[in-house]
Amino acid sequence: MKDWRYWLAEQRGTLLAFGIFIVMFAIYSGNHPAGFTANVVQTAANKGVLLAFVAMAQTLVVITAGIDLSVGMIFTLTNCMASWLVIGTGLETAFGVLAVLGTGLICGAVNGAIVIYGRLQPIVATIATGAVFFGLALLLRPVPGGSVKEDLADFLTGRFFGVVPASLVALLVVVLVVWVPFSRSEFGRAAYAAGSSETAAYMSGVPIRRGKFLAYTLAGLLAAIGGLFLTFFTYTGEAAYASGNAYTLFSIAAVVLGGVSLFGGKGSAIGAIFGALAFRTIGDLLFVFDFDPLWQPLFQGVILLIAVSLGAFALFRVRNRLEWFL
Amino acid sequence: MDGAAPLFRMEGISKRYGGVRALEKADLTVTAGGIHAILGENGAGKSTLIKIMAGVVAPDEGTMTLDGREVSFASPAAANQAGIVCIFQELSLIPELSVADNIVISDPPKRFGMIDRKAQRRIAEEALARAGASDIHPCALVKDLPLSRRQMVEIAKALARKPRILILDEATSALTAADVAKVFEVLKRLRSEGLALLYISHRMNEIAELADHCTVFRNGRNVASYPAGSKSDNEVVELMIGREYSHIFPPKPGPTAAAATVLEARNLSWADRLDNISLSVRAGEVVGLGGLDGQGQRELLLAFFGVLRGLSGEILIDGKPVSIASPTAASHGRIGMALIPEDRKTEGLMLPMTVRENLSFAALDRLSKGGIIDRAAEQRLIDDMVGLLAIKTAGLDIPVGALSGGNQQKVVIAKWLMRQPRIILLNDPTRGIDVGTKQEIYQLMRKLADAGAAILFYSTDYDELIGCCDRVLVLYDGGVKRELVGAEITEHALIASALNIHGEGAGPRQGVGA
Repeated sequence: MKDWRYWLAEQRGTLLAFGIFIVMFAIYSGNHPAGFTANVVQTAANKGVLLAFVAMAQTLVVITAGIDLSVGMIFTLTNCMASWLVIGTGLETAFGVLAVLGTGLICGAVNGAIVIYGRLQPIVATIATGAVFFGLALLLRPVPGGSVKEDLADFLTGRFFGVVPASLVALLVVVLVVWVPFSRSEFGRAAYAAGSSETAAYMSGVPIRRGKFLAYTLAGLLAAIGGLFLTFFTYTGEAAYASGNAYTLFSIAAVVLGGVSLFGGKGSAIGAIFGALAFRTIGDLLFVFDFDPLWQPLFQGVILLIAVSLGAFALFRVRNRLEWFL
Repeated sequence: MDGAAPLFRMEGISKRYGGVRALEKADLTVTAGGIHAILGENGAGKSTLIKIMAGVVAPDEGTMTLDGREVSFASPAAANQAGIVCIFQELSLIPELSVADNIVISDPPKRFGMIDRKAQRRIAEEALARAGASDIHPCALVKDLPLSRRQMVEIAKALARKPRILILDEATSALTAADVAKVFEVLKRLRSEGLALLYISHRMNEIAELADHCTVFRNGRNVASYPAGSKSDNEVVELMIGREYSHIFPPKPGPTAAAATVLEARNLSWADRLDNISLSVRAGEVVGLGGLDGQGQRELLLAFFGVLRGLSGEILIDGKPVSIASPTAASHGRIGMALIPEDRKTEGLMLPMTVRENLSFAALDRLSKGGIIDRAAEQRLIDDMVGLLAIKTAGLDIPVGALSGGNQQKVVIAKWLMRQPRIILLNDPTRGIDVGTKQEIYQLMRKLADAGAAILFYSTDYDELIGCCDRVLVLYDGGVKRELVGAEITEHALIASALNIHGEGAGPRQGVGA
């Protein structure tokens, strides 16, 4: 009888993010000139899932009490790769997709290896690898261009049965295939344990290194899935520095909105997905209210500030001031 | 031990940390179906011994045999696999995970590669029941549980690993009396099931109730091993103290006319760590804080220094109540307090910065005019301090991290003396430094007291308390249990009151809080 209470407490962050998203989306579609139609939902979904994939990637790393500032650049690099490779016959396209996803995995594994075995700070390590990934993207696409297998792209960005956005279904599949097994595996738990208290985890004989390594590696994969979808939406590849960085920063905002603790050990990718969708909707709210688009960064910035402030509230409960600095 | 083949044996184990000898040729024999108590004062080597058994640290030399075969453990996981499970004093639970997650953490049950939550729940419930803690819900998060419940989870977690040797290091220190009774039932049942239990506790009455066999450690060696009940409490205390005296302490001035009280606390309480503490320190007096490690001494000093929030009770300076909101407030103005912290590397010094910068940090406001540091004044004051404390350094502009431990500690002290504090709190200032520097620090303390400072001095070394202090307050469980004055300060009295046993010949004063 009391079990559900514990479940509720555990899911509070996720449910809160879900609530924020529902409210924001209700305001958005309620004021949209076209109203709540399949078209509006599809457009919103297609924009939202890109950030959702990158935010999921960020979640995996943040759970280990790390941070990945290269997710946006992995996203950009794989977009540029996809614009070369995901084209041609069915078989060639399939190989292209695998190559793009494989690249994401390798990028993530490199991050993980540097942070875990090289013992570098995640921030510094991923700023550096992020620059490298962007450099590779620039070599692949010095100028925007390329193309993508259009029927696959249209299939995955369209609607099933005329109502369900295909991109949302793809997101659901990724959650079921990547996130659910990870979070329920021994290594997923090791990632949480390492993020919550690395010494306690070590003392308990938890496979900390493998857990963290898997988290970083899967983060690369998820960012690459995002990059692939970006290509499906735009039909091109572009080594866009500003957009890559924006995705990195927004992914952190989405993660915090989604109830994932930046201190590690707590939160879920599901929460981060709703955080991402909510964050995107907030950005788009201005359009339905006919504000000048110039206001968008400022408005989004204020929301970001509010979101990260939520994480600092715990400090008010600290009774030994030395713990502020731990 | 009555002819039974030993389950586990340690022979000639030595371990050093840097230059400090933690264990020296220690031996231990553990038999199945018995509870073996390990006794010793702070720093006697007990913790190192069990860390070696549990695979947390590797010994420098010596052998370990399990079932007659030589073994070595590369990690806690390896020791667990061999059947040695330790319940550590510092909890090894992961706060953000649930009780059930924690109980199965080292080897979760799996189905199709994923953790089987139903099986996990069942294992957790069984383990909690075995530990006598069925009241704890397996879905609760560990961080939401009070300390005593966490300790029970820790025990359940150890039992879920099906140990052959179970080590309990102060495992009952956080428990309520009712829980202790339950845990004792569990331990006795485990003994009858043929487990070997190693029990480390400072509570003599617990050892008397539980142990079959006792081993006493002193200065890194096992000095005595005897069947439980064959020695009196007093004999055990004698064994723990040993006889090693050194005359490195400056003479005490003896009782003088009562000077004014500078620092006073009335009914100070904080969370569950400080319990209604009252004390006073007069100008020119060195007051010691004794007791076992972790009985609230550190928190008491932090409370005076403005670090703790939600403190109840009163702090008085020169007889007037004050509220001290931060270390800055504590060190400034008419309070004039300084805290020499326990861990000089993290709380005392900025290691990569220069000696000069480190010396000036606490006194920058006094050395600067209009926000600009007066270099000449700084240099004068620094020269004074380097001279006063005889700090040996190749120069003022080298990183303080390059100095020896003793000289680093002198820099920490000098840094605060630059403010000419009236109240000096010292938190175990001589830990891990050489005897020569220790002696200089003792002399400095007395010199400062003679110059009118009020000194509150916590030390884990009983010799220091005896040699340096005019009075000693012994803390136990967050409260002042005894006050020892002048000639009453003996090792016997210190240890007996630290263990909270009211042994005979330990002086008449009881439970006085100044």
